[in-house]
Amino acid sequence: MSLKQALKGATLFDFMGAFVLGMKVYFRRKPTVNYPFEKGPLSPRFRGEHALRRYPNGEERCIACKLCEAICPAQAITIEAEPRDDGSRRTTRYDIDMTKCIYCGLCQEACPVDAIVEGPNFEYATETREELFYDKEHLLSNGDRWEREIAKNLELDGKYR
Amino acid sequence: MADVATIKIIVDGQEIAVPGEYTLLQACEAAGAQIPRFCYHERLSVAGNCRMCLVEVKGAPKAVASCSQQVKDQRPGPNGEPAEVITNSEKVKASRKGVMEFLLINHPLDCPICDQGGECDLQDQSLVYGGEHSRFGEGKRAVEVKYMGPLIKTAMTRCIQCTRCVRFATEVAGVPELGAIGRGEDMEITTYLEAALTSELSGNVVDLCPVGALTSRPYAFNARPWELKKTESIDVMDALGSNIRVDARGTEVLRVEPRVNDDVNEEWLSDKGRHACDGLRRQRLDKPYLRKNGKLEAITWPEALAVFADKLRGDPSKIGLITGDLNDAESQKAAFDLCEVLKIENRDCRQDGAAISTDAGRAGYLFNSTISGIEMADALLIIGSNPRLEAPVLNARIRKSYLAGALKSIALVGESADLTYPYEYLGEQTKILEELSKGKTDFFKKFAEAKYPMIIVGMGALIGDVGSKILKLIGEIGLRAKIVRDDWNGWNILHSAASRVAGLDIGLIPTKNGLNTKQMLAPEALDVLILLGADEIAAPSTAFKIYIGSHGDRGAHDADLILPSPAYTEKNGIYVNLEGRVQYAYAAVEAKGEAKEEWAIFRAVSQELGKPLPYDNLQELREKLKADSPSFAATAGEIAPSAALDLRHIGETGAAVNATIGGVIIDYYLTNPIARASETMAKCSASRLGVVPENMAAE
Repeated sequence: MSLKQALKGATLFDFMGAFVLGMKVYFRRKPTVNYPFEKGPLSPRFRGEHALRRYPNGEERCIACKLCEAICPAQAITIEAEPRDDGSRRTTRYDIDMTKCIYCGLCQEACPVDAIVEGPNFEYATETREELFYDKEHLLSNGDRWEREIAKNLELDGKYR
Repeated sequence: MADVATIKIIVDGQEIAVPGEYTLLQACEAAGAQIPRFCYHERLSVAGNCRMCLVEVKGAPKAVASCSQQVKDQRPGPNGEPAEVITNSEKVKASRKGVMEFLLINHPLDCPICDQGGECDLQDQSLVYGGEHSRFGEGKRAVEVKYMGPLIKTAMTRCIQCTRCVRFATEVAGVPELGAIGRGEDMEITTYLEAALTSELSGNVVDLCPVGALTSRPYAFNARPWELKKTESIDVMDALGSNIRVDARGTEVLRVEPRVNDDVNEEWLSDKGRHACDGLRRQRLDKPYLRKNGKLEAITWPEALAVFADKLRGDPSKIGLITGDLNDAESQKAAFDLCEVLKIENRDCRQDGAAISTDAGRAGYLFNSTISGIEMADALLIIGSNPRLEAPVLNARIRKSYLAGALKSIALVGESADLTYPYEYLGEQTKILEELSKGKTDFFKKFAEAKYPMIIVGMGALIGDVGSKILKLIGEIGLRAKIVRDDWNGWNILHSAASRVAGLDIGLIPTKNGLNTKQMLAPEALDVLILLGADEIAAPSTAFKIYIGSHGDRGAHDADLILPSPAYTEKNGIYVNLEGRVQYAYAAVEAKGEAKEEWAIFRAVSQELGKPLPYDNLQELREKLKADSPSFAATAGEIAPSAALDLRHIGETGAAVNATIGGVIIDYYLTNPIARASETMAKCSASRLGVVPENMAAE
């Protein structure tokens, strides 16, 4: 046993080191949050549940250009369109199979009118598979519900685009 | 073009020899250089107004529009060396970029809502030749939407004034109803009167439009080009056998587009061929039905085949078969073979009762001059036909030949109509034919002196009671004018049904003791009548009628047993056009419901009767078809050579006839079950009758 070792043992060096570390962690801010009452921060670019947006006057934004359908690598989007009674180009069907979706965000990148977006919502687990086959009505209601957050996120991220 | 002097020209350093009247654009293409263009089109006159095809010609101070200068007009170099064209210099690139920027100044950036998106010339070419951004900050021009009928949807703000549509309407379609008003930025393409185009070829302007200014109204917003499965097929709406491409998504045919075939339809397609495809979605027969107590009830296939077989067990002389206008060769062959096996002598592929027969050999019922041969003909006698309605694309060929100056004299016997080219009207009585056959009238002199005289005989002359005698008279005219020679055959029958020539090739006509269509339709003539897609007849109520077809039309309404079969886009089939050209069509989509192919139905019922037809699949059937009728063995798209025609064997001699030659088509848009089921065709028909147009779509 060398002198150095003896000295270390006598002064409880290892113990003191561990104690200091323990105390440090004890007083640090806790990383766990009390979910679902508390939630962590989200980037404005967070890609969560899809939503179809409307213009402020209530008109749906989607013009059935089918670019999102074309670019979707998982082929999760299905669109059918025909002229609406006023002659404008609108979808009659806009389905997203959320079980196929890989949340890559290419659909919102492709959209020329910011109609389809991936909003900040990630809490949409369902009990059955069928509930994850979203139709146009569901997506539009998502848009109505999340419009304020989505608009804020788009504004925050806009300057980097 | 062996007889045309070729001139040498250097394109991008490569020397080639081309005919002198080639434009620079054609010469560059021949040398393999790509030239962008909007206004230039091979089959239309040169306008030279888009300026996209600019190239640099050595010695010329400015870039020149290559579409509007000919090779023979180019000045050779100082030492007599060939003229030199440069298509890829910086100067050329800069000029094209400049032109593209100007074109885009007034073009709206509404590609996402434009139906042309994905197949737009402007989109594609701006990607390659355009700049990356616009320097134009001012307001863009906007133009009001114009009404051009139920087939064409317009968004004239997108128009780049290439005037292709104007030139098409004026030159090819022969209806000068489109034009440009205003100058410069205010120039607008319009129908002047906001009226529908009165052409049977109007759908082609949509194909010609390089941008989304003219789009297809029935197809509006339906699909994007990249979603569609494209299948090569043959049009069955007329006997021309236009080459088409069927664009389908899933189980639905969304549109039909022409394919280029210079021997048949060039690159045009009639409105019926193009837009009747929505009829494939309506009025479809999806399962077998049997009439029980006066009401049609759905039954299963085994039940239906049992009933069918049971009815065929009767006296063959009381059983008859009539085939319709849209059948492929295979279904007619199977029907024919079944008749042979069961000794049914009452069979007819001529549901209109036309007096065409196979007596004079195959050339007796073909369009012998061929469609491209029309461009060679210099005199034309049309008898009992309105080619504009019976075969609009063929009529465009006649007009083309007339415009080119080749066709110098045209005369018509029969119902007078606007054929888009001037003709001498000789009357509609058969006595004019007698005069012609005796060499009288001024027209006959011109006709007999012509180098390549052509007679086109329409069904209008042949469907009457004295059809065969009229045919004889026409044959005599042909004999006297010597229209059949070693190097030229001017005998042309203009059929009105896509299935007819194949039916005649197979021999689907009554035997000596058999009854023809007219006799079969007489009351009490038959106990059982099989209708293979025959809808244009009034079947007698006394017979048990078995209808095999795809649509619930006249034939199915009267039928006692309905057996559903696929429509022309849903099966592989062989079609023989009026020239005798053998063409193959391929299935684009699945058949609807429980529909079974016609030949399979006949094969199944022959099995039921214990006399199975000797084939189990389409391939074997085709082999038998080729073995029995050698004309089917021709290469796809080719005409099998037929034996020399002796016009003396045409028709039937008899007492002098005195009849009026009428027309066959009453409403061009509603001539067959598919067209009658089509909403678009109904709108066209209403529009032609002058019904107030539907609400115009506003963007």
